[in-house]
Amino acid sequence: MEKDNCCRTEIPKIMEIFKVVNEGKGQKSFFFKGKIDSKPGQFVMVWLPDVDEKPMAISYWNKNEFAFTSQVVGKFTTYLDSLKKGDKIGIRGPYGNNFSIKGNACVVAGGVGVSSVSTLIDSLKNPLIIYGARTKQHLIYLKRYKNKKMLIATDDGSHGRKGYTTDLLNEVLSKNSKIKMVYTCGPEIMMKKVLDICNSYKIECEASVERMMKCAYGVCGACMINDKIVCMDGPVFNSKQLNAMPEFGSFARAKTGKRVSLHEYHSIHS
Amino acid sequence: MLNVNLCGIKLRNPTILASGILGVTKESVNRIGKNGAGAVTLKSLCHEERKGNANPTMFGYDDVFFNAVGLPGQGIDNALKDFKTLNNLSIPVIGSIYGYRIEHFGQVAKKMASLRPAMIEIDISCPHMDYGKPYYADPELTAKVTREVKNNAGKIPVSVKLSPNVYDIKEIAVAAEKAGADAITAINTATGMAIDIDARKPVLANKIGGISGPALKPIAVRCVYEIHEAVKIPIIGTGGVTYGKDAIEMVMAGATAVGIGTGIYYRGLDVFKKVCDEMEVWMKKNRIKNLEEIRGIAHK
Repeated sequence: MEKDNCCRTEIPKIMEIFKVVNEGKGQKSFFFKGKIDSKPGQFVMVWLPDVDEKPMAISYWNKNEFAFTSQVVGKFTTYLDSLKKGDKIGIRGPYGNNFSIKGNACVVAGGVGVSSVSTLIDSLKNPLIIYGARTKQHLIYLKRYKNKKMLIATDDGSHGRKGYTTDLLNEVLSKNSKIKMVYTCGPEIMMKKVLDICNSYKIECEASVERMMKCAYGVCGACMINDKIVCMDGPVFNSKQLNAMPEFGSFARAKTGKRVSLHEYHSIHS
Repeated sequence: MLNVNLCGIKLRNPTILASGILGVTKESVNRIGKNGAGAVTLKSLCHEERKGNANPTMFGYDDVFFNAVGLPGQGIDNALKDFKTLNNLSIPVIGSIYGYRIEHFGQVAKKMASLRPAMIEIDISCPHMDYGKPYYADPELTAKVTREVKNNAGKIPVSVKLSPNVYDIKEIAVAAEKAGADAITAINTATGMAIDIDARKPVLANKIGGISGPALKPIAVRCVYEIHEAVKIPIIGTGGVTYGKDAIEMVMAGATAVGIGTGIYYRGLDVFKKVCDEMEVWMKKNRIKNLEEIRGIAHK
């Protein structure tokens, strides 16, 4: 049931950035050469020597390259934002579990959380995408998904519907009985609402959860949410697991291990 | 077959989760219990809330595992609210404590004791703390800290966790025993460094870290062996225990119980169950009925 792997290496590999793509306001994708053996929902640990090391979802992959997409929120991502083609940073992974791949799916993404479900969207057959961000400038991957079914909401109404992704999800599910699976990644308050909506329609849901990470392989205990270790048991959890997690949508552990409200958690870490 | 008595605490088996790995919340304690541990040591707590070091804080390769987490912790006051009590969990819990000054150790011990852990472990040996001359490196300082904690712990037994980064670990163990320690936990990590030759920098943000994993085991076995010759109190043998044979080796060196931490990295959360199963197989094959028969046998 648990891993038994006695010859492992978890040292970051120094890799050269070979392409930087401006995706949207404060959002960039960093591309690396090489194939990464990963599944939708997994992440890598990104090491900026002398700064810090943080988890980043793998947002693009193909035979010869992979990338992650970052949004400027704090010191680490500001430094990352300044990096150019040819700069070298450390990468280790991939880590974590993955989304299941099911038909008749709807993907609900909020903000830069869309980068955690982008390889999932690439792997699904005709998914319906519900995507929201603060403003039109914050929306990314629009060209990438131009041939997909997509409903958009922005907080200020500058693109798509003025309002929230959860409003759109409610409307879709109230009219459309075909959707059997909802995947989500974005602000946890949004994901909790998505879960509640799915529960009320008795539709299965999977969410990618974010917590402060250190080791990324289930040893340090920094990223616990109730009895689950996010880096190893997650980051993707299903409805049954999420419903059994009182901390989901409410509490998180700060860097010190202290349990704080999600609001306080985000004010400390961004 | 595997049950042991450690300072009056009945353990279903000798495996104890070592401090610093996962033991952050009540739910993680219960999960370690489900995976077969005999007891759990919490991540060390002090008198204040600490963030710890920037990442990378830990990494491993082959038989070596480095960490320089920098003792992050919610602090004993938050822990009192978070845990409420430690005597209603599925397995015995050892509360690990530390402080910067001697009086901090006493204050934290008193509060930890109010949570009713099965035992209090004094972490005087974390290699990443800058408290001037380290407590672990001086017999007199070790004795002072031990007395301070004993005076504040009531009837709860106290173990002192020692560092291998000293000239003579025996004199430190003797000082702790004389000062009233009920047990010795040996050992904490040995210090080391790894430099990434492509980045041209030390990998750990803290530069220097503590080495654990199988590479630490021979040092730990030597320390347990030496301490067993010097003191009468029981020893929790910790350092590189990954397989059942490692635990048997620790017991033969003189350990009453064995700590497992980094073993989780190498073999998963159920390393406790795996190690116990492997110990039982070895014991049956060698017609050993209980661990008392082989405890310290390497000294004879």
